[in-house]
Amino acid sequence: MQQTLLIIVLAPLFAAIMAGLAGRVIGRAGAHTVTIAGVALSCGLSLYVLKQILVDGIPVYNEALYTWLISDGIRMEVGFLVDQLSALMMCVVTFVSLCVHVYTIGYMKDDPGYQRFFAYISLFTFSMLMLVMSNNFLQLFFGWEAVGLVSYLLIGFWFTRPSAIFANMKAFLVNRVGDFGFVLGIAGIAYLTNSLDYVTVFEQANVIATRTFEILPGEQWQAITVICICLFIGAMGKSAQVPLHVWLPDSMEGPTPISALIHAATMVTAGIFMVARMSPLFELSETALSFVLVIGATTAFFMGLLGLVNNDIKRVVAYSTLSQLGYMTVALGASAYGAAIFHLMTHAFFKALLFLAAGSVIIAMHHEQDMRKMGGLKKYLPITYWTSLIGSLALIGFPGFSGFFSKDALIEAVHESTTWGHTYAYWCVLLGVFVTAFYSFRLVFMTFHGPERFSTDGHGHDAAHDDHAHDAKAAGHADHAHDSHGHDAHGHDAHADEHAHDDHGHGGHSGPPHESPWVVTLPLILLAIPSIFIGWFTIGPVLFGGYFGDAIYVTEHHDVLAEIAHEFHGPAQFVLHGFQGAPLYLAFAGVALAWFLYIKRPDLPPVIADKFAAIYKVLANKFYFDEFNQKVFAGGSRALGSLLWRIGDEKVIDGLLVNGSARLVGWFSGKVRQVQTGYLYTYAFTMIIGLAVFLLWFVLAR
Amino acid sequence: MITLPSVLLLSGVLFALSVAGIFLNRKNVIILLMCIELMLLAVNFNFIAFARQLGDIDGQVFVFFILTVAAAESAIGLAILVVLFRERRSINVSELDSMKG
Repeated sequence: MQQTLLIIVLAPLFAAIMAGLAGRVIGRAGAHTVTIAGVALSCGLSLYVLKQILVDGIPVYNEALYTWLISDGIRMEVGFLVDQLSALMMCVVTFVSLCVHVYTIGYMKDDPGYQRFFAYISLFTFSMLMLVMSNNFLQLFFGWEAVGLVSYLLIGFWFTRPSAIFANMKAFLVNRVGDFGFVLGIAGIAYLTNSLDYVTVFEQANVIATRTFEILPGEQWQAITVICICLFIGAMGKSAQVPLHVWLPDSMEGPTPISALIHAATMVTAGIFMVARMSPLFELSETALSFVLVIGATTAFFMGLLGLVNNDIKRVVAYSTLSQLGYMTVALGASAYGAAIFHLMTHAFFKALLFLAAGSVIIAMHHEQDMRKMGGLKKYLPITYWTSLIGSLALIGFPGFSGFFSKDALIEAVHESTTWGHTYAYWCVLLGVFVTAFYSFRLVFMTFHGPERFSTDGHGHDAAHDDHAHDAKAAGHADHAHDSHGHDAHGHDAHADEHAHDDHGHGGHSGPPHESPWVVTLPLILLAIPSIFIGWFTIGPVLFGGYFGDAIYVTEHHDVLAEIAHEFHGPAQFVLHGFQGAPLYLAFAGVALAWFLYIKRPDLPPVIADKFAAIYKVLANKFYFDEFNQKVFAGGSRALGSLLWRIGDEKVIDGLLVNGSARLVGWFSGKVRQVQTGYLYTYAFTMIIGLAVFLLWFVLAR
Repeated sequence: MITLPSVLLLSGVLFALSVAGIFLNRKNVIILLMCIELMLLAVNFNFIAFARQLGDIDGQVFVFFILTVAAAESAIGLAILVVLFRERRSINVSELDSMKG
């Protein structure tokens, strides 16, 4: 078992090192072969481990492999805890990663940073596996930071674009805010339990619950609440919950495969996974659960709204990711950890699918991402269309699709919950369903149906790029248009072999968009399969069959999933039950509205936007979160820095301390030098007087 | 018979004269050198007087040393004076104030 787990983790690392350091030696084909082989090995072994746990029923593996150091009784180790929860995560991570690896061959085909890209995504897989398989907080933190690092590197993959650099810096900084809370939480745990090992800490959870911290003088706060909220702040950063969500939409500056892998399917779910893993702690604090619930609900609904007004195909999917992460967080807050992980799993498949499909569209449109310049792509991109439709149906929770099971169970769980804030959360997730359906099908209709708004002749080049108007976007994208030109190698040549156009970029090229090559469509199909079916087969065991065993702990009176389990009689019945609930009809209403506004009456949306200009403006500006952060936090810290610079450094330190002391000495010596006359007799006289004074003193003092 | 107090008085007067000479004199550096000699002589008187009074020869030995050192010192002092005069064209004490702050 130990060897298996080591291979699972180290294979992607080895591949990353090979592709990264020896990329020139092994070449492009070598880079993708070695990384895909590494991840495929991981994926296969992960599935094998899952099978062992599920079918053979081997006990939970929890061992430290290597002791890094022991400091004051706290052991810092590298170790693996493989139970049902981590095994599930390992499979999801490696499978999605494998699909993305294959897809990347097509998407990054002519990018000069081909090997680098493969090295990064393999490194990401390694980091994420370290994170989910960890058996202690230190390794969890290592994985946590490592995925953050890779995310930073990949958002800024096209490092010549100013907007990408801005975005990756933003992601990194916002994540630091969350990580600060996370570190504080871990420190609190280490302080109270003197251990970083999960099992030891969880055994002492009841001890933590009896302790208090005095953070403000005279205020006794429950240690467990403080720790859980700190840990959750970490999760808010990584899983992009309000108000630390601002980095995720901007992370779309990275190449689409990593949007799918990191910023939709796996890394952003690390926070969800972490909270589920910490369930023995969170269960003990009602306050922390309410906090989680309210934050999640806010994210689920309000971030979904932003998807309604965006025109960038990737950003719509990004806002949808935010909203879905909010759903998972709501489930965590309602103590339905199983539902959260279940939604995490289904979401990983269909969201990765949606992103990759969006990427496929982007390839076909020659790196045009504005949905207003698409439309009618259905007949050109049949595979992309159908897989994208499957992804969207799964996302909105169409009965029978995987998203339906997870989302319905989740909403039911919130409905049953009694945690403070549950009514608000319930309404948020319920209305969120409508919003989700609306923006998902807005995307499908705008992209694949309706009139063809792209021009097939001058397509995608000078004309298209000059008025590449991402009007609703931040100023940071102003450079986007000509940067796309800078990426000719990557963008326009991606299809050089298919179009056999050597002169493109200026001559404009005719002909309709083409379906992407098989390396792109194969992952789409591979992901579409679980997007449809996985919910049907796994809802019973995962949610209600006690799949998680001891991996997730829920106190008796919080156990909302057990409540639902009473009414659960197989997936078919669950589907039927779905027809009696509001969410399904809200979803249909959303689809119908999207159809009405974007197919039937495409003239209406601008009118509505005009009519509700105020609301539209707030949404288009993303609730002014960016402006607020720019002004208050960035501006505030710049002002503070400037204050410290001009007053603190220039005035106090340089002026007062350094130059001040020099000037004091100068002034004093200026006074003293007056005494020096230069005349011999003065010195002699002084000596005599001094002698006399000393003699006098000597005589009198006797 | 010359008594000890008279000799000490004489040496005290000589010493006081030389001190006064050093810091009242504003004119000539040579007078400064002479005053220093005088000061040493006053000290010598003390040594001799006490040597005789106490019947100890050490004091008189000291006087010889002092006389030797005084001779050497005046030689060096005069040599410096010559150089100073060459340099400044003056041995006026009130003009020697290059150490003024």
